[in-house]
Amino acid sequence: LYIYLSLPQCVGEEIWVDSRTVYIGHKDPPPGAEANIPQRYPDNRIVSSKYTFWNFIPKNLFEQFRRIANFYFLVIFLVQLIIDTPTSPVTSGLPLFFVITVTAIKQGYEDWLRHKADCSINECPVDVVQQGKVVRTQSHKLRVGDIVVVREDETFPCDLILLSSSRHDGTCYVTTASLDGESSHKTYYAVQDTMAFRTEQEVDSLHATIECEQPQPDLYKFVGRINIYKDKEEPLGAENLLLRGATLKNTQHIYGTVAVYTGMETKMALNYQSKSQKRSAVEKSMNAFLIVYLCILISKAVINTVLKYAWQWSPDRDEPWYNHRTENERQRHMVIRAFTDFLAFMVLFNYIIPVSMYVTVEMQKFLGSYFITWDEEMFDEELGEGAQVNTSDLNEELGQVEYVFTDKTGTLTENNMEFIECCVDGNVYIPTIKVIISDIYILPNVCFEHEDLFFRALCLCHTVQVKEEETVDGIKRGIHQGRPTSFYISSSPDEVALVEGMKRLGYTYLRLKDNYMEILNKDDEIERFELLHVLNFDSVRRRMSVIVKSSSGEYLLFCKGADSSIFPRIVSGKVEQVKARVEQNAIEGLRTLCVAYRRLSESEYQEACHHLNEAKLALQDREQRLAQAYDIIERDFVLLGATAVEDRLQEKAADTIESLHKAGMKVWVLTGDKMETAAATCYASKLFRRSTQILELTKKRTEEQSLHDVLFELNRTVLRQRSISGYDRVSVGLSVDCLDFGLIIDGATLSAVLKANQERAGSGNYREIFLEICRNCSAVLCCRMAPLQKAQIVKLIKASKEHPITLAIGDGANDVSMILEAHVGIGIMGKEGRQAARNSDYAIPKFKHLKKMLLVHGHYYYIRIAELVQYFFYKNVCFIFPQFLYQFFCGFSQQPLYDTAYLTLYNISFTSLPILLYSLVEQHITMETLKRDPSLYRDIAKNSLLRWPVFLYWTCLGVFDAVIFFFGAYFLFDNTTFTSNGQMFGNWTFGTLVFTVLVFTVTLKLALDTHHWTWINHFVIWGSLLFYVIFSLLWGGIIWPFLNYQRMYYVFMQMLSSGPAWLSIILLITVSLLPDVIKKVLCRTMCPTATERAQVTYCHQLHSETKALNCLVSRLGVRCLSCSDFCFAKAINQLLLSSFYEN
Amino acid sequence: MMASSYNAKDEDGHITVSGPGGGTLRSKKPENTAFKQQRLPAWQPILTAGTVLPAFFIIGLLFIPIGIGLFVTSNNIKEFEVDYTGVDMSSPCFNCSQNFSWNSTKPCTCTIPFYLDQPYESNVYVYYGLSNFYQNHRRYVKSRDDSQLNGDVNSLMSPSKECEPYAFHENKPIAPCGAIANSMFNDTLELFYNDPNGTRIPIPLNTTGIAWWTDKHVKFGNPGGNNPNLTAAFQGTTKPVNWRRPVYELDADPGNNGFINEDFIVWMRTAALPTFRKLYRIINKKSSMVPTLPRGNYTLEVVYNYPVRSFEGRKRVILSTISWMGGKNPFLGIAYITVGSVCFFLGVVLLIIHHKCGNRNNSADISN
Repeated sequence: LYIYLSLPQCVGEEIWVDSRTVYIGHKDPPPGAEANIPQRYPDNRIVSSKYTFWNFIPKNLFEQFRRIANFYFLVIFLVQLIIDTPTSPVTSGLPLFFVITVTAIKQGYEDWLRHKADCSINECPVDVVQQGKVVRTQSHKLRVGDIVVVREDETFPCDLILLSSSRHDGTCYVTTASLDGESSHKTYYAVQDTMAFRTEQEVDSLHATIECEQPQPDLYKFVGRINIYKDKEEPLGAENLLLRGATLKNTQHIYGTVAVYTGMETKMALNYQSKSQKRSAVEKSMNAFLIVYLCILISKAVINTVLKYAWQWSPDRDEPWYNHRTENERQRHMVIRAFTDFLAFMVLFNYIIPVSMYVTVEMQKFLGSYFITWDEEMFDEELGEGAQVNTSDLNEELGQVEYVFTDKTGTLTENNMEFIECCVDGNVYIPTIKVIISDIYILPNVCFEHEDLFFRALCLCHTVQVKEEETVDGIKRGIHQGRPTSFYISSSPDEVALVEGMKRLGYTYLRLKDNYMEILNKDDEIERFELLHVLNFDSVRRRMSVIVKSSSGEYLLFCKGADSSIFPRIVSGKVEQVKARVEQNAIEGLRTLCVAYRRLSESEYQEACHHLNEAKLALQDREQRLAQAYDIIERDFVLLGATAVEDRLQEKAADTIESLHKAGMKVWVLTGDKMETAAATCYASKLFRRSTQILELTKKRTEEQSLHDVLFELNRTVLRQRSISGYDRVSVGLSVDCLDFGLIIDGATLSAVLKANQERAGSGNYREIFLEICRNCSAVLCCRMAPLQKAQIVKLIKASKEHPITLAIGDGANDVSMILEAHVGIGIMGKEGRQAARNSDYAIPKFKHLKKMLLVHGHYYYIRIAELVQYFFYKNVCFIFPQFLYQFFCGFSQQPLYDTAYLTLYNISFTSLPILLYSLVEQHITMETLKRDPSLYRDIAKNSLLRWPVFLYWTCLGVFDAVIFFFGAYFLFDNTTFTSNGQMFGNWTFGTLVFTVLVFTVTLKLALDTHHWTWINHFVIWGSLLFYVIFSLLWGGIIWPFLNYQRMYYVFMQMLSSGPAWLSIILLITVSLLPDVIKKVLCRTMCPTATERAQVTYCHQLHSETKALNCLVSRLGVRCLSCSDFCFAKAINQLLLSSFYEN
Repeated sequence: MMASSYNAKDEDGHITVSGPGGGTLRSKKPENTAFKQQRLPAWQPILTAGTVLPAFFIIGLLFIPIGIGLFVTSNNIKEFEVDYTGVDMSSPCFNCSQNFSWNSTKPCTCTIPFYLDQPYESNVYVYYGLSNFYQNHRRYVKSRDDSQLNGDVNSLMSPSKECEPYAFHENKPIAPCGAIANSMFNDTLELFYNDPNGTRIPIPLNTTGIAWWTDKHVKFGNPGGNNPNLTAAFQGTTKPVNWRRPVYELDADPGNNGFINEDFIVWMRTAALPTFRKLYRIINKKSSMVPTLPRGNYTLEVVYNYPVRSFEGRKRVILSTISWMGGKNPFLGIAYITVGSVCFFLGVVLLIIHHKCGNRNNSADISN
């Protein structure tokens, strides 16, 4: 191991093929050093734009036509251009052109904005040190190796290594708000050897190279080393690297920083890359429906082509004397003719797959997602932020969630830590509000040495920063507000709580100054410790350590961490007492940490130093080597004691979880915490109830029995229960009260379960058994989880045979993997930074907002998009099927039934807006009902509105309506006069009649489905009908110049002037709507769904309100309030209530 | 996809310069408007048996009387139809239909006697009907040039490509071009009343008023506007192949000649279905005292020009009176009566269901 660690020093360059060498100030290395291999780096130009002026049209078109739908319409359009088709190319070309143009303009505009932004950034001035002078240049001219000067409140123009700072301790403060949303100030450190530089000349004289890894997007990772010639090498880490996009704060200027990554290679630019697209279940079923319709389309075309040739077998039918072909056509080969006919039929029926559906769906998703961001109830006053939508593609998926995976800390709980107590060698210290030593409740038998060490350990072993009040601006106002002198800031709230707890116990951490940590002890004396090393916290080790040198010259290693990671490394101390206390605290739901220390001798310290430096110097696998070094150093501890910090449950967390349960979702808590702590939180948040039978699948248990036995035993328990309650459950419906199971599993056992499967796939399929158990548990708690394990669990459930829709919610960086893995990832804008929120699909301020997000927004979006998809297919069946039927009466000649204008505008304007609006504002039940009754969510579970039977119903309804339209018109038209002056109508009047009935029926069908009539609905529905009438009047009202046919001239007016036409339109509309109404009414009366019941109950409620109001109103002397006029009644109700309140 | 591309812009964190905390706080707070909070006042109707019931009854009660009215009106319309194709040996037109040739110069005439057992009181409309004639065939429908028919001189001399193969004949443009015009119905029908005392009285047939007013006056027009000399206006064109006379000799009346000949206009409005009828003549009522067509024997004289046997077509003549709702059409009345009754019946069924289930539901609600 030792040899391995010492390798990088000598091996160096040969191995690092994927590292880069940066020559500071572009100076050639001195002779004797390794050869200067010129490497080419991009300039500092940021290009976030996708297109240039020249490639915009081809590139954009290419990207748009890569979408299968657009491509399909392009093909149809081209077919229309090439062959002689029934409809002019305009009918499909115009909508396609419209869609493509709108998208192109939108993307072009966005790209222009990006160009502008790029430009302003690339041209912003930057100060560079050249030949010992500060020269002002433009940002995009920066090259790798340039030395840059940055002043306060300026943003860094590229990724820089901090050489020296105006602060004499060589640090600078930076806020990375625009990078990761964390507005706290972070400290960055100058390179040790150069931090003394003060002037340009000094900086310019620096002769050194930096070796570092090639650019990679991880913001928090950087490995490199600086090689100052004829001197020594020094490691560089993320703490030396200033990232482009971050802003310098509280530091006058920093000198001589050197650019390492420029332009598109900066970490910020690398982070532009968008995440992989998630597709919703609705989209999948939509695509399935599309394929069905494509098959229908092709089969229609094939049927018609075959029939055409069967029908025109006799030449008298093929070419009667009155209707000859042209010579050209006659000479064409039979096969080509048949193929052309097939294509022509395809073109004629192609509207069955509407281009507008894609546009409408996208508009619906895009516009609809604004309702989430606008929602006032999801706005958090304290945070000053509302919900965020990062992907609108998944709106409807929110209504389909079956599994919720939630993080505990910061998600279920506040992550607002409060120090409760500490325990030193079994003695408990509880700080009270006043900071007086005598108030501390001290048990006798205190070992003072340990006590002192314990408090010092907690004061020293942390990464907390002290902020003076006046220097802080723009920092989160939280619990610290109002402290006059100073307060603590840390990335971990636990640490702040601990340090503040220590303050209340009399030990105040003052500041870190010149690597000396200053502590004010309870005797008001300042103690100084030299901070030698910080062994940072990571979630794998689950502990952190510091090595300090006390004023007496002692080397001390303090360590604090989770009990499981400390206890195995303890050699002495009162383990039993502390352990007992820790467990007791954990049961109460407190977060516990253990504190231990180790005295290091000079030689031990030197060795530790050696390990650490070596690991830090390594360019490759630095993480791994550091971990190894830590592992070597952190051992042989003496246990000091333990702390307990309370993390309060978030507001309404229990209520939210209960609602999710009622809504039929399975809630899993995935946490890194201890089992006891986590279980206590679960009970508090009602994830587990008193009645819940807890099944444990933990390391403790598997140590006693084999994993195999435990699994099978649990499975038996669960199955037995299910067979008993199975019958019950069916009869009672979905009663939540029946006995349910809760499962607790820990990380170790989980990996055993998953690994066992991999090793011997055949014998015992633990994975299946485990899933079977989980399926029957309403709540599962996974504790001791590593971040990657969280994602593994989500993946496991996702891949199980029901393919349930999963949702992951979390707030910290450790939840990102699971957020990315789940179907829907929700980030909480928490205290642990913005990583989760940035990587999520939706971000909400608090856990409680999940309830509204799923139960209200998710539910609404789902029913909206479901109706949108079904309705679109329905209305196009209605539209195209009459054309299909007409072929049987026009000799399969591809004669269109409707005029070109109607064909083109049907989907674009006559029937597009009502459904778009419906899909934006429909509320089949009120929001209050949805929130009050979460079980309504079950009504739409499993994609219930888009399943095949429903789809079949809609399609059949469409076919039925189409048959009514066509044959209704056929029988009315058959051989009779329609007008009172004896004149006859032609084929265009026939088509217009069918089309009018079609437009009205289809719009009124939507009106029947609308449960929420706002004035916009009225406006759009009646408006689009009116628009159709006005358009038709206009279209037929003039002889249109530039058109080579005038077939629609006065057709619509003539039709309207005929009485029977009116009567038949009314009749046909009534008949077409009748079956749907009957189906609705019968379903509602015979077997109402929960939703329908809720609607009626709501109705009754209003009714009784109205009745009560009637009395009231009649007493007030107002009369004639109709019982059925709910809306009016409601308005009056509100009016009265408000007046009462005012009184 | 739209949203994701918008987000790309948002992710460009360096563009937005974050302002001081207070300012962003206020602007981020969503507006509390009814629309944004999805709380617009709304009417929330629900289709329950209770609410639909009245509608069904109302529809039933409205539709049944309308249907009865329509049915009665339709039954009062008198219509007489005679097929003169000449398929049967016994048919008077059998010979004409057998000996048909496009080149025959001598017209073949046949006479069909018929008897009207009821007097036709009001105006009588004479239709000719064709069966199995696909006027709605796509190749046929588009084979016309509307601008030529509108009197456009350019189109007159160079007809649209759509007219092919009926656009040019012997290198001269055809006027009117296209398959529709070429196949114009050219049988001549004459009607005689056989007086009981043996004389044949010709019945005057009105040739105008059979086409749509807008068609005659706006959509169709002769080249050269109101130029009375149509022969000159059509100079340089040739008649459609199957026509016996050029277009400017369709009628002696200059107001009904050329493209604005009403028979021609009627023919040019293509029928929707392969069996169709077109208005041929109108017999106007002379006085209120005498029926337009009294009961008795009539003779139909047909100049048999139009061949339909080749495609198994049929030719008919229809005499019909007209009411406010057009010609005889029992279907509409029957449909109204049926739909009305069905609605009424459904209303009753729903009433029963509502009565039973409503009670059940209410009790369920109470127990809940």
